[in-house]
Amino acid sequence: MLKINNLHKSYKMGDSSLHVLKGIDLHVDKGEMVAIMGSSGSGKSTLLNIIGILDELDSGEYTLDGIEIKDLTEKKAAQYRNKFLGFVFQSFNLINFKNALENVALPLYYQGQKRKERQEKAMFHLEKVGLADWSTHLPNELSGGQKQRVAIARALAAEPKLLLADEPTGALDSATSHEIMQFLQQLNDEGKTILIVTHEEDISLMCKRIVRLKDGVIMEDKKIKQNRL
Amino acid sequence: MFKFLIDKDTWQELRESLTKNKLRTVITMIGVWWGILLLIGLLGSAKGIENKFSVQFGDYATNSVFIWGQSTSKAFKGYQEGRRPRLKFSHLEKIKNQVKGIKFLLPRNARDVQVVRGVQYDNFGLSGDFPLLDQIQKKNLISGRFINQLDVEDNKKVAVISDDVYKQLFDIDEKAIGEFIKINEINYKVIGVFEQGDFDFGGELHIPFTTFQNVYNQGDNIGWITVTGEDGYNIRQIENDVKLVLKNLNYVHPDDNRAFGSFNLGELFERFEGFLMGMQFLTWFVGIATLIAGVFAIGNILLITVKERTKEIGIRRAIGATPFEIKRQIVLESIFLTIIAGIFGIISGGWILIAMDSAFGNGPDSVLINASVPILVVFISVIILVVFGTLIGLIPANRATSIKPIDALREE
Repeated sequence: MLKINNLHKSYKMGDSSLHVLKGIDLHVDKGEMVAIMGSSGSGKSTLLNIIGILDELDSGEYTLDGIEIKDLTEKKAAQYRNKFLGFVFQSFNLINFKNALENVALPLYYQGQKRKERQEKAMFHLEKVGLADWSTHLPNELSGGQKQRVAIARALAAEPKLLLADEPTGALDSATSHEIMQFLQQLNDEGKTILIVTHEEDISLMCKRIVRLKDGVIMEDKKIKQNRL
Repeated sequence: MFKFLIDKDTWQELRESLTKNKLRTVITMIGVWWGILLLIGLLGSAKGIENKFSVQFGDYATNSVFIWGQSTSKAFKGYQEGRRPRLKFSHLEKIKNQVKGIKFLLPRNARDVQVVRGVQYDNFGLSGDFPLLDQIQKKNLISGRFINQLDVEDNKKVAVISDDVYKQLFDIDEKAIGEFIKINEINYKVIGVFEQGDFDFGGELHIPFTTFQNVYNQGDNIGWITVTGEDGYNIRQIENDVKLVLKNLNYVHPDDNRAFGSFNLGELFERFEGFLMGMQFLTWFVGIATLIAGVFAIGNILLITVKERTKEIGIRRAIGATPFEIKRQIVLESIFLTIIAGIFGIISGGWILIAMDSAFGNGPDSVLINASVPILVVFISVIILVVFGTLIGLIPANRATSIKPIDALREE
């Protein structure tokens, strides 16, 4: 599903350059649920951005579902993001003047699907996250947990191969966090490949595999017994 | 692209982003609205004034000059000053031979007369004319015809009368053609009625030149001449040359400026045209400059909007919007704003022209006539708006997509 070989990435900071990722090797198979752990500055967000085709790698290889991700134009990158990836962010990143249904339907809009089709699919995914009754509500009328569920529905709407979650529970209380994680586990059970970036130990234990990053290298990569909710 | 334009979502997105900040949208549009309003208003007024001028000049050949004899102010070749030089019919051939660039040379005679029909009578100006007058000073005939060559050759007693004369002597709707009127006790048959223009020199009644000569014993004398220049010849030069020939023929000192009087219609017209050109240039300049300022205001506001929407744009790109899709939405916003504001401007500009027309555009003393803007100009303005709107929209659009989605998402 996802293959990364000897990935390097550095950022230019004025005259000096900051070497953030120093040779990452990571293979993720279909149906895995991986937690990427690390303190801030460990490079975990950078890695996620590269995996999410939001950022470019300097050297190394990155293959997603058999397609090499390299030197893409912005247009191609956008199309791959739309086709392969679903994003869930810490701060939800919903568009606040669109209601829940419209937010979920947006990736489908960029896929060029017909309006009716979009509405139906979006409604289906909203139902899946249990928010069918809230479809016409604007994001600021929803609670944090509800917003994140709308965000997950949006990430699922385009039926991506890989779900990327950047601190999905970072802005939620523990009860709501568990609720979201439970839902992600459920999705994983259905076969969805999920990558979660987190710095919370208990969240990582709810995944099937933990990858620990420190100073731009992988310190530890182990499969664990999933803490079921 | 067409699908994009008819897509309901496109317009919903547009509505959302514009209504999110109504005040800003309205203020932005005022810039363009004001620009096009000024352009339409000013162009319309300029056209109105131009129309007024051309109505006043009528169909007069505008490169014309009128010349008549006055009295000498210098003694010359044994003649005392204060002598009245005469224009003679025999001079015409010499003038024509010696001065280059003359298209028409038309002698005319005029005097005040009493006109009687039955019990109605009044005093009018009468002139003796050739058919050529109709070419220099197009007679706006309401009915009948103008004097023709036969009338002149046979000294016919026929008259062409103005609408004023007709109103004075005839009843409403009474047929004038073929009726007889008495001019200074002599019967003339009416052959035509014309509408008097503002610059119709020389009388409300026209009779054949030869008839005038005979009836009033003019002999070889001429009242004044109208000289029309060929295209490409300076009418002022022609005026000076003709005067010089006349001075020579009448033994008048070459530097005697009072011996012959003249009125140069071409010079007057040139001055008016210069004024109109200046006014039109100013109009275009002010209008377009204001329009550009307005369009820039839209660009500026969109730039701010884009900055505010950085995060939203980042989200859209993360979930699969291509840069082109982002750009076209912003450019569409820009075009939409400029066009809507432009259309409002055109409509209110039209209202202003209508208001001006009804306030100043009626009656004989009107300042302007039919203040209007050609539909082509309106079209061109709209096209300019679209082009400007697109170009100015590209600035914020490029900015929106130049930020990496990852940076946009980080922005809080």
